[in-house]
Amino acid sequence: MKTFYWLLKRELWEHRGGFFWAPIITGGVFLLLNLMGIITGEVVGRKHGFNFAFGGTDSNLHLLDRALDKNSMDSVGAGLDMVMYSPTLIIGVVLGFVAFFYCLGALYDDRRDRSLLFWKSLPITDTATVLSKVVTATVVAPLIAVAVGMLTGIVMLLMFAVTLSFHGVGVWHLLLLSHPLQVMANLVGSVPLYLLWALPTVGWLMLCSAWARSKPFLWAVVLPVALGIVIGWFNLLGTIDLQNGWYWRNVVGRVLFSVFPGGWFTEVPHIGGSNPAEVLSTLSVTHTYAALASANVWIGVAAAAAMLAGAIWFRRWRDDS
Amino acid sequence: MSAVITASGLSKRYKSALALDDISFQVEPGRIVGLIGPNGAGKTTALKAILGLTDFTGSLNVLGFDPRRQRDKLMGEVCFIADVAVLPRWIKVRQAVDFVANVHPRFDRKKCEAFLARTKLTPEQRVRQMSKGMIVQLHLALVMAIDARLLILDEPTLGLDILYRKQFYQNLLEDYFDENKTIIVTTHQVEEVEHILTDLMFIRDGRIVLDADMDAVGERFAEVMVGADKVAEARQLKPLDERQVFGKSIFLFDGADRARLEALGEVRRPSVSDLFVATMKGTYA
Repeated sequence: MKTFYWLLKRELWEHRGGFFWAPIITGGVFLLLNLMGIITGEVVGRKHGFNFAFGGTDSNLHLLDRALDKNSMDSVGAGLDMVMYSPTLIIGVVLGFVAFFYCLGALYDDRRDRSLLFWKSLPITDTATVLSKVVTATVVAPLIAVAVGMLTGIVMLLMFAVTLSFHGVGVWHLLLLSHPLQVMANLVGSVPLYLLWALPTVGWLMLCSAWARSKPFLWAVVLPVALGIVIGWFNLLGTIDLQNGWYWRNVVGRVLFSVFPGGWFTEVPHIGGSNPAEVLSTLSVTHTYAALASANVWIGVAAAAAMLAGAIWFRRWRDDS
Repeated sequence: MSAVITASGLSKRYKSALALDDISFQVEPGRIVGLIGPNGAGKTTALKAILGLTDFTGSLNVLGFDPRRQRDKLMGEVCFIADVAVLPRWIKVRQAVDFVANVHPRFDRKKCEAFLARTKLTPEQRVRQMSKGMIVQLHLALVMAIDARLLILDEPTLGLDILYRKQFYQNLLEDYFDENKTIIVTTHQVEEVEHILTDLMFIRDGRIVLDADMDAVGERFAEVMVGADKVAEARQLKPLDERQVFGKSIFLFDGADRARLEALGEVRRPSVSDLFVATMKGTYA
């Protein structure tokens, strides 16, 4: 257990740039762009002689304070929640790229620079090594991304609140309409879904990473794509009736793109709604865990287990140092 | 005490070539064994088999473990420095010490820090900022702090300057080696290790061509400096090798009669490098 903890720590030491700095910088840039947007709004608004916030006069703004019915209060709350989700959305895309290239290099880079021989001189099983890398990609990295995303979201909310308060809007009690704890619970609660959904991609990339003698990226991408083209070609000839679209969606998509968060939404029935609050509630974990009922998720997990077993075997026996 | 390593019928075939050809040997505890051979002779393959890094046929027992199936347990008792500069380039001195201290049950942190204190390494220094010599200092400090029964060194000083090379072997002898430990070392810089070795193993084309302790080597091989008048007589004794120095001939004999050699001229113990060159004659031809 202690060894595993240090293995995780080791991964974070090595990939601090991808796992810490990439989300932090993304969050920072996100905040900066929003700040620039606010300042632009202020300047333009002043030039044209009206307050940009909520686009109306002071009396209108006070209306907002006074007379919100239940429905619009929900909408305002959902809007604020969306503001809090938005940075995590962007950071999630960054996480996808980081995780993809991390997995691809995880069992290859140390073979290339021969530092593998140092790691192999320590009493650590290859299973523990590979699993520590899987956990880093599927649990530790998304948790860091979520934490940074949440923090950015809250800072952003405060930024808007401060701006509005300059315009005499009593936004602080408006903020009470948002649900930061619920947002946090939804994001953290999605990490297990991410883990299960991302596993086939992680497994495939790590298998290529452990197996390839060179250029793991090429192998990882070219093999499934080439197979897809062959299937497409047979379809064109009409010799066999293979489901081309099915292959691209359920094989290529799952082994290459499942590290990008949110893919599991495709397995959740009835996403969406007529107003923001409804949409958000269909995206909450209480609803999205319905994805666990789909065979797609579990077939992916089983395939991942097989591919990771392969990766461990190659890690143990690949002899090219 | 039982042998540290027992190998019998060890073979390893790569696609194109036979790297190990049915070799058998034993290494006793408390020895420093020099495994010496030309490039491509199979030294590294033999070490990799011992460390469980490669598959092979035949039987091999290292400290009671089968390196193929019990590698994880074996690595608790064995250390190796595979080469200079295999430490990951991103790691800091502090991180390397922390990591090994927490995953290796036989690591003594105080010892390691004492070794590091004698170098110029600083805790926040990264491997990528170090010279080759400093990387080896760090690696050696880590390894010497591990109370392992077997230490394997594969060309540990390749590419280092003479100061680092001398210091490396000196540290190893003074601060690490004792009768409970065994060291196997491969190197091309034979002159630098020959006075610390207790055993000598020559390997050529995947076979062991010489396996003896240094005392036996001294008894078996002899070098004689012969004047021009006795050269013909010396050649009749079938020397392994002959070379000319300052108008005299130096002959190297294997198992020749001492008394007859004394009559030819001054008898000396041959250096390991001369012995090596004579044994490996024609390897690259």
